Amino acid sequence: MTDQAIRQDLDADGILLLTIDCPGLSMNVINADLSRDLAAAVERIKTDAAVKGAVLTSGKPSGFVAGADLKGMNFQGDAAAAAKNSGKSKMAVLFEGVSGLQNLLRSLETAGKPVAVALNGLALGGGLEIALACHYRVAADNPRIVFGLPEVLVGLFPGAGGTQRLPRIMGVQPALMYLLQGKNMSPQEALGFGVVQEVAPAAEIVDRAKAWVKANPTKFTQPWDEKSFKFPGGAGATNPNFAQTFIGGNAMAHKQSNGNMNQIKAILSVVYEGAQLPFDTALRLESKYFAKVVADPQSSNMIRSLFVSKQAAEKGARRPKNVPPMKTKKVGMLGAGLMGAGIAMVSAQAGIDVVLLDRDQAAADKGKQYTADRLAKRRTSPEKTAEVLGRIHATTDYADLKGCDLIIEAVFETREIKADVTRATEAVVGADTIFGSNTSTLPITGLAEAWSKPENFIGIHFFSPVEKMPLVEIIVGKKTGPEAIAKALDYVAQIKKTPIVVNDSRGFYTSRCFGTFVQEGLAMLGEGVTPALIENVAKQMGMPVGPLAVNDEVGLDLSYKVGQQTKKDLGDAYKPGPGEAVIEKMMELGRHGRKNGKGFYAYPEDGSPKHLWPELSANFPVSAEQPTPADVKERLLYRQLVETARCFAEGVLETPEDGDLGAIFGWGFMPQSGGPFSAMDTIGLPTVVQNLDRLTQTYGERFAPPQLLRDMAEKDESFYGNAAKKAA
Amino acid sequence: MAEAYIYDTVRTPRGKGRKDGKLHEITPIQLATQMLQAIRDRNQIDTADVDDVVLGCVSPVAEQGADIARVAALNADYAETTAGVQVNRFCASGLEAVNMAAAKVIAGEAEFAIGGGVESMSRIPMGSDGGAWPMDPAVAFKTYFVPQGVGADLIATKFGFSRDDVDAYAMESQKRAAKAWEEKRFAKSIVPVKDVIGEVVLGHDEYMRPGTDMQSLASLQPAFAAIGEQMPGFDAIALMRYPEIERINHVHHAGNSSGIVDGASAVLVGNKEIGAKYGLKPRARIKGMASIGSEPAIMLTGPADVTTKLLKRLGMTVADIDLFELNEAFASVVLRMMQALDIPHEKMNVNGGAIAMGHPLGATGGMILGTVLDELERTGKQTALVTLCVGAGMGTATVIERI
Repeated sequence: MTDQAIRQDLDADGILLLTIDCPGLSMNVINADLSRDLAAAVERIKTDAAVKGAVLTSGKPSGFVAGADLKGMNFQGDAAAAAKNSGKSKMAVLFEGVSGLQNLLRSLETAGKPVAVALNGLALGGGLEIALACHYRVAADNPRIVFGLPEVLVGLFPGAGGTQRLPRIMGVQPALMYLLQGKNMSPQEALGFGVVQEVAPAAEIVDRAKAWVKANPTKFTQPWDEKSFKFPGGAGATNPNFAQTFIGGNAMAHKQSNGNMNQIKAILSVVYEGAQLPFDTALRLESKYFAKVVADPQSSNMIRSLFVSKQAAEKGARRPKNVPPMKTKKVGMLGAGLMGAGIAMVSAQAGIDVVLLDRDQAAADKGKQYTADRLAKRRTSPEKTAEVLGRIHATTDYADLKGCDLIIEAVFETREIKADVTRATEAVVGADTIFGSNTSTLPITGLAEAWSKPENFIGIHFFSPVEKMPLVEIIVGKKTGPEAIAKALDYVAQIKKTPIVVNDSRGFYTSRCFGTFVQEGLAMLGEGVTPALIENVAKQMGMPVGPLAVNDEVGLDLSYKVGQQTKKDLGDAYKPGPGEAVIEKMMELGRHGRKNGKGFYAYPEDGSPKHLWPELSANFPVSAEQPTPADVKERLLYRQLVETARCFAEGVLETPEDGDLGAIFGWGFMPQSGGPFSAMDTIGLPTVVQNLDRLTQTYGERFAPPQLLRDMAEKDESFYGNAAKKAA
Repeated sequence: MAEAYIYDTVRTPRGKGRKDGKLHEITPIQLATQMLQAIRDRNQIDTADVDDVVLGCVSPVAEQGADIARVAALNADYAETTAGVQVNRFCASGLEAVNMAAAKVIAGEAEFAIGGGVESMSRIPMGSDGGAWPMDPAVAFKTYFVPQGVGADLIATKFGFSRDDVDAYAMESQKRAAKAWEEKRFAKSIVPVKDVIGEVVLGHDEYMRPGTDMQSLASLQPAFAAIGEQMPGFDAIALMRYPEIERINHVHHAGNSSGIVDGASAVLVGNKEIGAKYGLKPRARIKGMASIGSEPAIMLTGPADVTTKLLKRLGMTVADIDLFELNEAFASVVLRMMQALDIPHEKMNVNGGAIAMGHPLGATGGMILGTVLDELERTGKQTALVTLCVGAGMGTATVIERI
């Protein structure tokens, strides 16, 4: 068998060693090959009298098993097709479909023979679930190994017994923490919780596992299959610990998810109900809840954007194929402000030498100090700190840029200043060097005029704070060439961030669309909507912060300047944004946001939490008639949707994947939706257009759907459907 | 249809609902038993004429479980034929029990029926019965479950009651209760509780703090700020229902919320004929009763809703009611009802309430019905409305009228 995923070796003691080694993959994942081989192994353990017991391990140094192959999953499509053929309901088919691995693992632990697992490395998701179904678990004593059930982070939950075995091993409360947060544990932590029973040197784990199997030919039953089983920490509706765990846990999860995440509700329910049931009934319930979660498009949207598209982007989905690797060795960082300092930090951490240049030495040094401060906060070792700081050279001398193979510019957002530093840099490094601008608003094509070879000029747009924000938006100017794109993407891979690639436009993709969310919030304030209603609804719909709060963070003066610059650039074509009058009024009132302690919020000097500025209502009178929360949500959502659709129609975006990733990781757009394009596909484009037309009538042209969206709606197409057709 | 008349009301004094409370050594079945015995003996009725005993109890588990109403009737040596049923409408259970007793009389199902309730909060703590509402994740999410205290603070925030407002209300409750005790206004209904050797263990409401002033109240920390703002953060959930509010102002504390106490109550309801048989004079007629559901997250705004509903059905207005009795679960609940229906404080809880004397959950409805009937008689007034706010968003009310 060429695609064998599990090797079977029976030793002289009758112990069957099952070595998982998925062919052609660097890491074991649960796919069709592995499932088939595991089923065969379970059958042999059950029926072959020569087999006295078994030990599972991995043949890969990369770890045990990293979880299910999410790319290969298509619950929706498979179930719909099967339902059509079998005459069963889609839910019934889904239920049967999702319980395969779970049933297999249950057969493994009830096969009547002792089974141990030797965990040489990471075991995540389904990988850990396989381990939990083994009677004895030995882990290698490497503290960098992680065990966990991270499914929750991509819209799923463990469906192969994990929601039932983990609480029965470690107790409901700690298990909920790992299930709901997707947190990892080290082998030592796992030992403390009983998730593994032994930690041993890596070289000995298989022998230890075999020794346990040999020593326990009859006493190996899982605790939950013992008559005397007692739930650790107690369980049941009349158990006070159990009750308190859920009363508190429900509230915390509700608060953190704003009730927007199906899988979070399902995890709580399946643990709550399952803990009160016999084990096999509880497993069946787990499959039912799992089917319910995957039946909702929310989970496939989240898997696609948060996992599949994200990994593909990081592996170079948008990289020009014919350009050889262009690793960055030395980056010239122009401007040592907040952005420049952050970019210097992540570059140096990735092993890239950095020349950090600013107008005066104090500013450059301050930029370097940023890295020192952050590393100290993270309690980085002195050696590592010295190594990272050693890579950053703070200077005012352009001559020091010599030898840089990538330049990133993050100076003040005015054309003139940018053009000056661009030319000064070219004089030293030459126009063959790739030059990236971190502008967040100024079109790249115009800025590229200051570089003699505009094909080497590109936008590399970071988000603040750089060391925390995962996205980098690569902006392709009219004349930008494939080498610049490849260089930028290879650099983003080096600093381990997620890239999207967009074409040039004012505000590009992320700033432009995010700006509409803020503007719509301001417009509502100007119309007399209660500010708290705007802010709370924004957060409750899944945006990280309200539009007023985020504008305070960005700085109202900056919003004002950007508006003025745009007005200047566009002349007669300029249409004032719906919230512009609000910003102008705030400027008149001297309120610049958090930076001067005066914005839409007040920032008490005693350090107590910020609160909405009490005089806001005197300056923006609150109307007697208020919109419903649903109205506010619709405006905030659809204003963003229509702008992302326009970016697609105008060619700023070339793929819906870029649009969804950029929205979620760039401005925190409702992660439960999978991004604006997933959201529009799920709502259905005809409905989207209908709603936009209605909103246009009420609120104006800014809601008008682009022609492309109308055309797609008419043909009943979808963004991802068309993308798949194009790829095929 | 028959009319339902109130012939008598009894209640225990309320003991502090703690291990050092005077009623802590008395079992809940004893509290209920002694009230049933008292109401029988005071009126010298043959319990064979009592068709049913309806008792409210909010945590009907353990020693309050297994239909405490029937078992209390048996334990009180009632006729074997007297049935018993325990009901739970959270804080309004006691009043609901009276309403059900009255309904049985009106419908002709019962000659005499007893309504009332029992709760030993010191022995069976609040929440002992768990329940899907807060625990079951699907239900907790769907109903936006938050504890009542957070709802009470939300009422204060939404309807504009400051910490001073609620504290001032609480101080007045203490003042009125102290005066009522001083003038023995509760004497008619109070039945002292006796221990196993027949000695009185408690003859007065133990929880009161007559010396309470604004300074002492101001020193108390808000009780629901921590669970609201930090762990587990119930405020955020309440605000999902009330997004127009920026943040909840936590104003309630032990001094302006109802006290946790032990106690029991019983109300003897019957038709005209059965009263006449024993030569009993009806003290009041039950003119009408109602229950209603209201928004469950804010939870405690039902009293105004149910009052409006009931008065409308009876063709009455707020002005037709001489005295209002609203359980003082939290100060903001009473302030809101007075604000919503424009009820003057002089007509509301004239002898204090649960902030001063405590709120033995299942028993309270029967207790405050007796309190207001005694007051009508003392002052020569005619009509009273009794109501309580209720968990999960409800209100229950009863209008009584002296004959």
